[in-house]
Amino acid sequence: MVANEFWAEGEPVVDKAAPDGPVETRWERRKFSAKLVNPANRRKLTVIVVGTGLAGGSAAATLAEAGYKVKSYCYQDSPRRAHSIAAQGGINAAKNYRNDGDSVYRLFYDTVKGGDFRARESNVYRLAQVSVNIIDQCVAQGVPFAREYGGLLDNRSFGGTQVSRTFYARGQTGQQLLLGAYQAMERQIGLGNIEMNARHEMLELIIVDGKARGIVVRDMVTGEITTEFADAVVLASGGYGNVFFLSTNAKGCNVTASWRAHRKGALFANPCYTQIHPTCIPESGSHQSKLTLMSESLRNDGRVWVPKRAEDCQKPAGEIAEEDRDYYLERIYPSFGNLVPRDIASRAAKNVCDEGRGVGPGGLGVYLDFADAIKRLGRKAVEAKYGNLFEMYERITGEDPYETPMRIYPAVHYTMGGLWVDYDLQSTIPGLFVVGEANFSDHGANRLGASALMQGLADGYFVLPNTISNYLAAGPFPAVSETDAPVVEARKEVEDRIARFLSIDGDRTVDSFHRELGQIMWEYCGMERTEEGLTKAVGLIRALKEEFWTRVKVPGKGEELNQNLEKAGRVADFLELGELMCIDALHRRESCGGHFRAESQTSDGEALRHDDEFSYAAAWEYFGADGKPTLHKEDLNFEYVHPSTRSYK
Amino acid sequence: MDIKVRVWRQSGPTAGGKMVTYDVKGISPDASFLEMIDVLNETLILNGDDPIAFDHDCREGICGACSMVINGVAHGPEKATTTCQLHMRKFKDGDVIDVEPWRAAAFPVIKDLVVDRSAFDKIIQAGGYITAPTGTAPDAHATPVPKKDADAAFEAATCIGCGACVAACPNGSSMLFTAAKIAHLGLMPQGQPERDSRVIDMLQAQDDAGFGGCTNAGECTTVCPKGIPLSLIGRLNSDYRKAISKR
Repeated sequence: MVANEFWAEGEPVVDKAAPDGPVETRWERRKFSAKLVNPANRRKLTVIVVGTGLAGGSAAATLAEAGYKVKSYCYQDSPRRAHSIAAQGGINAAKNYRNDGDSVYRLFYDTVKGGDFRARESNVYRLAQVSVNIIDQCVAQGVPFAREYGGLLDNRSFGGTQVSRTFYARGQTGQQLLLGAYQAMERQIGLGNIEMNARHEMLELIIVDGKARGIVVRDMVTGEITTEFADAVVLASGGYGNVFFLSTNAKGCNVTASWRAHRKGALFANPCYTQIHPTCIPESGSHQSKLTLMSESLRNDGRVWVPKRAEDCQKPAGEIAEEDRDYYLERIYPSFGNLVPRDIASRAAKNVCDEGRGVGPGGLGVYLDFADAIKRLGRKAVEAKYGNLFEMYERITGEDPYETPMRIYPAVHYTMGGLWVDYDLQSTIPGLFVVGEANFSDHGANRLGASALMQGLADGYFVLPNTISNYLAAGPFPAVSETDAPVVEARKEVEDRIARFLSIDGDRTVDSFHRELGQIMWEYCGMERTEEGLTKAVGLIRALKEEFWTRVKVPGKGEELNQNLEKAGRVADFLELGELMCIDALHRRESCGGHFRAESQTSDGEALRHDDEFSYAAAWEYFGADGKPTLHKEDLNFEYVHPSTRSYK
Repeated sequence: MDIKVRVWRQSGPTAGGKMVTYDVKGISPDASFLEMIDVLNETLILNGDDPIAFDHDCREGICGACSMVINGVAHGPEKATTTCQLHMRKFKDGDVIDVEPWRAAAFPVIKDLVVDRSAFDKIIQAGGYITAPTGTAPDAHATPVPKKDADAAFEAATCIGCGACVAACPNGSSMLFTAAKIAHLGLMPQGQPERDSRVIDMLQAQDDAGFGGCTNAGECTTVCPKGIPLSLIGRLNSDYRKAISKR
């Protein structure tokens, strides 16, 4: 049995902070039962926040407003540049401003179902409850949401729902929400309540007497290594999509903060749940450094097709006759057509390309054709709706989508897995809290559109500030000193690792390893996974890891701005994470949400869940001495939304 | 295509710098400008040279990190386009391309093409916000905002804080950046209570940070990747006069 070869199984993990009783009163009761810290005592307590995106920025600002001392860290040159800034579509909230039957319960229901019944009901319900406060908060900060002529907020609808609950600011919702949080943060920085450390990277977690008490950071400008102490540590360091090298994430996005915490004992849950977005601009060559998302809204009017015959793929699109085109989404999913959910559309694109019917360089692309829409609505109308997206496409590809169909291909976009947290958003290490994409909590196996921004801000503005007090009420904790053994040790680990990177002086660049890891992950742990492929991938990654530590070449010194040294640390961690992702994917012998196992499908090729066996979150303990990660299961119970099969035919 | 790039190399904040020429051969016209630098850096590393340091992150034109003066123009030759969204097909085979960092007194060079733009954060700290601590907000529909005001506020709020405006300005002024934030917040009803103090404090902060004065040269708006219009500076000046007159 593969299990014994690749992983061990330990005791189940239990969410001890989980409230019971009626789902709609759980959050209120948790807030009431949580211990408080009186305002005069808050200034004696320090909280470290790593990351300044929607979750970290909103958490830092809110904690500082409450009176705590906050120390904030980000790798970018300003907190305003965190990757939340790139989110396009919108943010969900159960305001029911449209009077179209929306409610907290419906948002809860849609999110549990959209997550393919692999998320906790209590957490998701709370998310839906606080969603309405987020919109109020952002409007008060001056976020310029789209409005109607009457001056009230506009909404649009998104995939996986039947109501209009998405608030948006043109195609730049993430930017506007992040600037709101950033500005609130800057106000607190100006008031001296937040100590901001931009261009600083967390490289290790410091645990003293079993509690998270600080971090080791590297000043990315001078290379200086320092140890920073606090009463609690909050990780808001984002997702790990860059394990694939090519993704829609920013180049700097990495798993290091989470992974260092994982190595120190924090469980990592559901690492294999990866969201692959169907509408991205395909790779154009070996120089490709990242992929760009084209808004999902394009599928409202664009028709997806490939040639029926592989031999037509080299011809220009215009020379392929109508009857020789395969509008495969419309053919396979007649009722949803081009608007099937992200995971379905992505896998269908992969299938036609695997059949040799892909278009463009390398045969890795499908057409998204607006010819019919232009004929039906006129070019002007299409321009008004999608003009900025068409422009972006042309800038990147040099092709005019009004004349020739766009080429699109799926790309890694978001990771649902992350550090395991309880209802209070506390990890398995006391005093270590995890918010936003970095935790695993709310999206199950698949995230719905416009829900990432909602979760990041829910965690940072409303959830964490109310739960962390329960922990901090026992503080301030005894002072930590530079000379304490765990601090000395953590610092030494960081210094030794940097010295090792610089001393290998091999013959391959960091990027070449990252690219190769990405290819392995994409091939075997991407849109379709098999036992055979995943087993092979684990072997390939182990070999690559060994090669990395003997052949990598990191130029320069540690005591300077050294971007390759930064990358080396991140890639070393991605190599370990990649192996765990494959093992998680291997152990989950079912298909659910963003995880499709070829062995587990219906007779017509759709995802097949096995609720009897896999209705749990898989929380992994770091590879022990025998080199195997240990699986701790957290059982999921569905009292309100009963698991059913998703169908889009 | 085969090109040459002449790149500003400076090993640290206090070191002297110089332009160094590199050959880049066989680069695809579909590569982005930053991907061309990536390819060059891979070669430099394997040859035992120091790769070129440059700021970049999202590579989608929204984070505002990338910042190169290309052939003398901040963000290069393509209108309303950040460096990361510029592609090599905009150049010709055999071109010699100059690449320099943002140059402004308030943005000191850290290394090669990387500069310190923390002065922008200081301007925001001084007043580029609406005071609305978490939990204090009324219902979002309590105050309707006329669509034209909301749309105009949004246009101003699209500023990505890249600093091209400062790099292009003969005086190294941050006026367009500050004006965009003043307009964004000043157009919203929620921004009115702090409107006067905001403009006074932000202007003071930009002076303190070492930015130059505005002489309406207009270079800022020409290079702005988000097309923030020069008219917002007029709006700022008008706000400032009103605020001062009330003192």
